[in-house]
Amino acid sequence: MALNKVVAGPQEALTGVADGMTFMVGGFGLCGIPENAISEMVKRGITGLTCISNNAGVDDFGLGLLLQKKQIKKMISSYVGENDEFERQMLSGELEVDLIPQGSLAERCRAGGAGIPAFFTPAGYGTEIAEGKEVRNFDGKPHILEMALHADFAFVKAWRGDTAGNLIYKATSKNFNPMMAMAGKITVAEVEELVPVGELDPNQIHTPGVFVQRIFQGSGYEKRIERVTTRPRV
Amino acid sequence: MLSKDQIAQRIAQELQNGWYVNLGIGIPTLVANHIPDGIDVEFQSENGILGMGPFPYEGEEDADLINAGKQTITAMPGAVYFDSATSFAMIRGKHIQLTVLGAMEVAQNGDIANWKIPGRMVKGMGGAMDLVASADNIIVAMMHTNKKGASKLLKACSLPLTGVGCVTRVVTNLAFLEVKNGAFHLLERAPGVSVEEIKNATEGELIINGEIPEMNL
Repeated sequence: MALNKVVAGPQEALTGVADGMTFMVGGFGLCGIPENAISEMVKRGITGLTCISNNAGVDDFGLGLLLQKKQIKKMISSYVGENDEFERQMLSGELEVDLIPQGSLAERCRAGGAGIPAFFTPAGYGTEIAEGKEVRNFDGKPHILEMALHADFAFVKAWRGDTAGNLIYKATSKNFNPMMAMAGKITVAEVEELVPVGELDPNQIHTPGVFVQRIFQGSGYEKRIERVTTRPRV
Repeated sequence: MLSKDQIAQRIAQELQNGWYVNLGIGIPTLVANHIPDGIDVEFQSENGILGMGPFPYEGEEDADLINAGKQTITAMPGAVYFDSATSFAMIRGKHIQLTVLGAMEVAQNGDIANWKIPGRMVKGMGGAMDLVASADNIIVAMMHTNKKGASKLLKACSLPLTGVGCVTRVVTNLAFLEVKNGAFHLLERAPGVSVEEIKNATEGELIINGEIPEMNL
């Protein structure tokens, strides 16, 4: 029998979250972010959080909502340029920020979930992000040692999921979600459509349910677009 | 002097059939509008798509389909979506033949700075550090000078580096240059721009070999 990971909603899904914990939050910009889990974190008012997420949302959406309420102590990200409040808190020293090259961030999450404690990458060699990191040459080229990342909770968002926690993402909303799903001690998946086991084609599943501890049918998705860009019809 | 769009047009002339290409935010994005006839390339966006198509028609935007600049896009037939780890495996693993990106500064040894102005602007490096550390073929698209008129082609970068010794070519509003052996080598002038003007706008060592042709746009 397939395991049943279904919980009632965000409230039950976030059972056990507490001040000072480390969270991975999927998404790229506002694309593929776990909107329901973020809302629940805001509602619970937990503070002192370390958030690992490629971006920090915008001022009034995504992780920006947690920043507004000063719930985040430390952000681990690759690009934070869309959020004025973030930049203000960082430059004033209120917010601790660890900026990591995007590929290294993705691989550090993947490594955390895959039982690889660290790896060498050429990204960032010779820059300030290499300071204090071990350097080794491979084929005559210098690489720096990057450590795996782990989280108490990983919050991911998928398009479709089944009751066993198998997930399918849509288009570029996949981004960081699969690696973060692997790296959470407790991974909470929220989906636009929750279906019974057997409905998803096993050939098409992106994240196997083994990586997911809790899954729920999300609701009220805004799916805000950061930069609506179109071309004229000819 | 070239417009931003013409800088992109000149870079597009460097595209070769069968290449996978990563375009950065800003001027590099415009390269996709100038693919020469008879050349087939596929564009990668590091947030997880190969086979990126043009912007959608109004009303056809999909919040789940964006590029690394967070703009809505479309997918070409044969496109594929993947996660961020796979995306950077393509980049680090040298499966992408050309990277085009913007810069605040480029040094004559190929160093590039484009992610941080200490104490003032900290947006983060995004995927730029991974891209420049691994790509063999990096073209920088930028203005020759900054808003204050100071050269962006320098002896040494003053801003925090994104990567070391990695830039191979630079296309600016004034010139097309190759970066090798610790100097900028002037290959072409923008239409109507003199060698003297380029010299004056370049702080780093500039090698001028013989007659420098005008760009053919």
